[in-house]
Amino acid sequence: METIILFAPLIGAIIGGFGWKIIGETGAQWLTTGLLFLSCFLSWIFFLTHDGVTETIHLMTWIQSGTLDASWAIRMDRLTAIMLIVITTVSALVHLYSFGYMAHDENFGEAKYKARFFAYLSLFTFTMLMLVTADNLVQLFFGWEGVGLASYLLIGFYYRKPSANAAAIKAFVVNRVGDVGLALAMMALFFLTDSIKFDDIFAAAPALAETELSFLWTNWNAANLIAFLLFVGAMGKSAQLFLHTWLPDAMEGPTPVSALIHAATMVTAGVFLICRMSPLMEFAPETQTFIVFMGASTAFVAATIGLVQNDIKRVIAYSTMSQLGYMFVAAGLGVYSVAMFHLLTHAFFKAMLFLGAGSVIHGMHHEQDMRNYGGLRKKLPMTFYAMLIGTLAITGVGIPLTHIGFAGFLSKDAVIESAFAGTNGGYAFWMLVIAALFTSFYSWRLMFLTFWGKARGDKHTHDHAHESPKVMLVPLGVLAIGAVFSGMVWYGSFFGDHDKVNSFFGITHVAAADDHGAMEVEDHGDAATQEGTAIAEEHDGDEAVVADHGPAQVPGQGAIYIGADNHVMDDAHHVPTWVKVSPFLAMLIGFFTAYMFYIVNPSLPKRLAEVQRPLYLFLLNKWYFDEIYDFIFVRPTMAVGHFLWKRGDGNVIDGGINGVALGILPFLTRLSGRMQTGYVFTYVFAMVIGITVILTYVTLSGGYN
Amino acid sequence: MISSDIQTVLPEISLAVFAMLALLAGVYNGKDKTAPMMVWLTSGMFVLLAAWIGYGGEGTTTAFGGMFVNDGFARFAKVTILLSAAAVLLMSQDYMTKLGLLRFEYPLLVALSVVGMMFMVSAGDLMALYMGLELQSLALYVVASLRRDSVKSTEAGLKYFVLGALSSGLLLYGASLTYGFAGTTLFSGIIAAADGGVSLGMLFGVVFMLAGLAFKVSAAPFHMWTPDVYEGSPTPVTAFFATAPKVAAMAMFARVVHDAFGGIVGEWQQIIAFLSVLSMFLGAIAAIGQTNIKRLMAYSSIAHMGFALMGLAAGTAFGVQAMLIYMAIYVTMNIGTFAFILSMERDGRPVTNIASLNQYAKTEPLKALAVLLLMFSLAGVPPLVGFFGKFYVLRAAYDAGLAWLAVAGVVASVIGAFYYLRIVFYMYFGAEQDDPLDRGMPPVLWGFLVVTAAMMLVGIVNLFGIEPLAQAAAATLVN
Amino acid sequence: MTPIVIAFYLFAVSTITGGLMTVVSRNPVHSVLWLILSFLSSAGLFVLLGAEFVAMLLIIVYVGAVAVLFLFVVMMLDVDFAELKAEMTRYMPLALLIGVVILMQFALAFGAWDYSDGAADRIASPAGEIHNTKALGLLIYDKYIMLFQLSGLILLVAMIGAIVLTLRHRTDIKRQDIVGQMMRDPAKQMELKDVKPGQGL
Repeated sequence: METIILFAPLIGAIIGGFGWKIIGETGAQWLTTGLLFLSCFLSWIFFLTHDGVTETIHLMTWIQSGTLDASWAIRMDRLTAIMLIVITTVSALVHLYSFGYMAHDENFGEAKYKARFFAYLSLFTFTMLMLVTADNLVQLFFGWEGVGLASYLLIGFYYRKPSANAAAIKAFVVNRVGDVGLALAMMALFFLTDSIKFDDIFAAAPALAETELSFLWTNWNAANLIAFLLFVGAMGKSAQLFLHTWLPDAMEGPTPVSALIHAATMVTAGVFLICRMSPLMEFAPETQTFIVFMGASTAFVAATIGLVQNDIKRVIAYSTMSQLGYMFVAAGLGVYSVAMFHLLTHAFFKAMLFLGAGSVIHGMHHEQDMRNYGGLRKKLPMTFYAMLIGTLAITGVGIPLTHIGFAGFLSKDAVIESAFAGTNGGYAFWMLVIAALFTSFYSWRLMFLTFWGKARGDKHTHDHAHESPKVMLVPLGVLAIGAVFSGMVWYGSFFGDHDKVNSFFGITHVAAADDHGAMEVEDHGDAATQEGTAIAEEHDGDEAVVADHGPAQVPGQGAIYIGADNHVMDDAHHVPTWVKVSPFLAMLIGFFTAYMFYIVNPSLPKRLAEVQRPLYLFLLNKWYFDEIYDFIFVRPTMAVGHFLWKRGDGNVIDGGINGVALGILPFLTRLSGRMQTGYVFTYVFAMVIGITVILTYVTLSGGYN
Repeated sequence: MISSDIQTVLPEISLAVFAMLALLAGVYNGKDKTAPMMVWLTSGMFVLLAAWIGYGGEGTTTAFGGMFVNDGFARFAKVTILLSAAAVLLMSQDYMTKLGLLRFEYPLLVALSVVGMMFMVSAGDLMALYMGLELQSLALYVVASLRRDSVKSTEAGLKYFVLGALSSGLLLYGASLTYGFAGTTLFSGIIAAADGGVSLGMLFGVVFMLAGLAFKVSAAPFHMWTPDVYEGSPTPVTAFFATAPKVAAMAMFARVVHDAFGGIVGEWQQIIAFLSVLSMFLGAIAAIGQTNIKRLMAYSSIAHMGFALMGLAAGTAFGVQAMLIYMAIYVTMNIGTFAFILSMERDGRPVTNIASLNQYAKTEPLKALAVLLLMFSLAGVPPLVGFFGKFYVLRAAYDAGLAWLAVAGVVASVIGAFYYLRIVFYMYFGAEQDDPLDRGMPPVLWGFLVVTAAMMLVGIVNLFGIEPLAQAAAATLVN
Repeated sequence: MTPIVIAFYLFAVSTITGGLMTVVSRNPVHSVLWLILSFLSSAGLFVLLGAEFVAMLLIIVYVGAVAVLFLFVVMMLDVDFAELKAEMTRYMPLALLIGVVILMQFALAFGAWDYSDGAADRIASPAGEIHNTKALGLLIYDKYIMLFQLSGLILLVAMIGAIVLTLRHRTDIKRQDIVGQMMRDPAKQMELKDVKPGQGL
């Protein structure tokens, strides 16, 4: 069954990509979609019947060289199962959705493009599945690069648009930076543990925490360094701060692609990687702190930029980036289950938002600027309701202090509560709350600008605005179910109940229950006095684990590993009430502000932008990241390249070669031609000179007499 | 004793007897009418002998008091010589007939020259070596001027003869100096004599002998005859010059330096390296200015001999192996290339001007492709077979500590690539011309051209298993 | 200094002088004559070595046949040696320099001439009491049979070569057909026609 899940998309991609001329474009579309639904169906069966016990299915031997042994194997545990349903569900729905969305495309004219698109989608799905089912780092890296490739192909799908090509290249290049980190981490792990299998690495994780590694002229703690490098890889793929600039540009791709790759699946690969490597992360406290910091900052920065963007897809893109920051905060805090929880719910509502946005764009004839929307509620009723559900989910609407609410309500609150517990109400917590406020604002801003108010922009476009076909609305409906209920259904399994979480993820604590419980109470009591020392405490805890980790969970057992002294999740359940309510309040403030700005007094935003012009421009230009990068990296690189090309290559090498080729060689050629006089005695003369030279050499070097 | 000796030399005797019988038959039966049949017969004889030697021989046997050595190395060289001679002979028939040069003596002279070559590569004695060499050379002098009503052909034969005589003189002088030192002409005696150190006089002998040998392989600066002779001789003869005698001379070279002077590798290593680097560069540079494809192939063969000598300069078993592989590949490439050159005709008359190849790919795409493969292979463009030949010798030189020579070889091959690629350029992108070359070619030539071109591609799999053979052959020479 | 030594140096010097003058003399006929002197002196050297038979062969074959043939050829050919020499003189200074260098190196080599250990054992021993021709026979028909046969092949090639390069079958001339002439039957050679008067054939 696992094999079918894994290879059905590949078969679809191969047949659809290479054989569509035989089976026809429509045939290819149906084939890929059908196989994806099969895969999706099986994934759900697997997810629902999975008992949390890790199992490995060996498919074939792949690379065997010395001690490097990378077999092609599937590692099936809860993490994989979650990713499987996320990937296959969203992918299957996106396939279906694309029937409608890609039906007509003025970018291609007469050229056939649909089979190619579907093949790419299936190829992406396959590589993503390879990534999440990997049981060793090499296979994971294969999937990692594979999704990068598929992403490149799909962002640049409109290859006739220069901006799409540029965006594709940008995504690829920025991801390379992260991939270097991942590759280095892989090499370091192989160097230190002599294996790239997850099981071996996890087993060696406690030892790594004790190892010093020399890298870049400095000694590092091996676990910290490797974890950091892994995170660098994750940053690239998951568009965390400093490596995020590719994600908004990636919106050049078709909207279904944005929904699948740049919202639900690929960008969450970084989160998945951190969770997958949780046994290692738990022994790298400094890196965990760094991850929390980066995640919180990303959530905040992305949310601020999202406030002022006008392109509907870019708003959602920045929202994605912001939500990814939430996940990293959770992962960095050690509540991997919460990170996965948010990943799961986010996949549903974000994919839905994207598909809804796609529906709007489709209905508005590929107009993407929200300033040209307005009053579309009547024209696109189904889309409107879908988007509304999505917005309610992302902003986190629910009944405070209960477990009833939209998916985002539960998962986001879980993250924020964990952030409070893990950092004792520090930086990360406040950043996330503010980000939640902003999230609410820009989400509602999007809704108000699009669906309320008067129709703006091109009248003709508005007159012809139409609801999308059924084939596009059905996926929206399915995702809406997920966006509403997924939080409530799995709240307990991911966050709510300690034992449930353990059994869900297949964690078995060895004789730790009593000990654990006692400490939990103690920690809870001291929570107020231990502000800001959580890091130090974790660090101490690590040493304790290394010294005596008998009673704790064994690294590598279960889908995720939670260190013996990691009680963030339990603490999160006992945070003060104001903390629990704070995200909800933030959401309300955001909603009312948006309501004021865009419904009650639509001239307000403009005035505010004029008053706070520098700030507005700063946000509108995305904190000038692109400009700074352009200045620091791109231009110097171009200058060096240009210098090497013009001066180095052009003058020195070309000049040198040309000098030799056009100056010296012809001269020598003429000389040798002149030597060839045709007179026998000249030839003899040459021979005699040759002999004389050799004789002289022999005489001078002198044989041993 | 004599019977076992004859047993050892039986292939050579058979070929000599065959040549003499064929001579009688030719003289008695209407002279040149039998020539085409004679060509086929001789080729068949070559192939038979190659099979006999290739499959029949085992181990190392000597005959006539050590003057004749039949070992793996000799067998490898002989098979290569015989097969290439057979191929070239077959290719020459159409051309020679067309020019009215197909006389029954031609295959006989080739056969006798091959007998000489077989003795050369099997020589275990300086005198035997000289005899084989002279037998080979004399026959070659004659076939070079076979087209006796052409001034160029006559001039080619005469030049070759005069200069060849001089080189023989050098070789003999070196041999006598060596004899003066060692007191024997047997290789086994010389290597024993040189064991306890050598005098300067003996080294001079080595130098003169190397000079004489270098003339035969046309290594710079003893190469001057090559372009003139290649250009002047009838093209099939040129093809013959470029293949079998080169293998024979190179094998003889290897035998002399290893069998006779194997104890003083350090003394001749630098000399051969010098010859090698000079040949590679001269061949590459001088070829650039050529407009006649036969002259170009002459310089090409000079450069290739430089590379083969690089393998010898290594002075190791691997070096000899590399040299043997290189020569086998070189011969194959040259057979294909000359098959094409032989077919270059305009209005039924042979042409050798490179410029006449302009836009050849338009009229004959398949042949142009085959030539492209051969040219790329000659230039050593990976992954074609020619690249592997170069790769082997470069590695041999590098392993033997002659890194500078290997680097020089790479530079020279880059320079040399120019003129091979220029031919390709002419064929595909050359200027339009009014009177293109004639279409079509004799089936034999076509077959050789296409098969060798295909070998350039297919051979990259395992070089047709030549590597272990060459390795075994080299192992019997160097120990 | 025994007479033999004196004779050796005499012959040796005249051999070298003969060779040198062959190369440098302006008149080709003189060159050939100098060559004959060189051959004769070599024959003297052979006699000194006790190889009288070879000495006689040298005189008969080389002096008597080859050299005389040379003489004929040289006298019949009209080669303008002066022109070749003029071209050669351009290189004379360099050539002389190279010659001097080579000579010096040879002086170095021969001055420090050294035989290998055991060269005396390996060197071919003098024929001793055996008769000259018998010794030769033992060598060329027994020990060096292979080389002898090879020499035969070389001569064969030389002969073929000479014929191939010089013999011409001219088709534009009438040749004597001996067999045809002998086999002619007079009865068939003539046909009698009865020519009627006034009509012609």
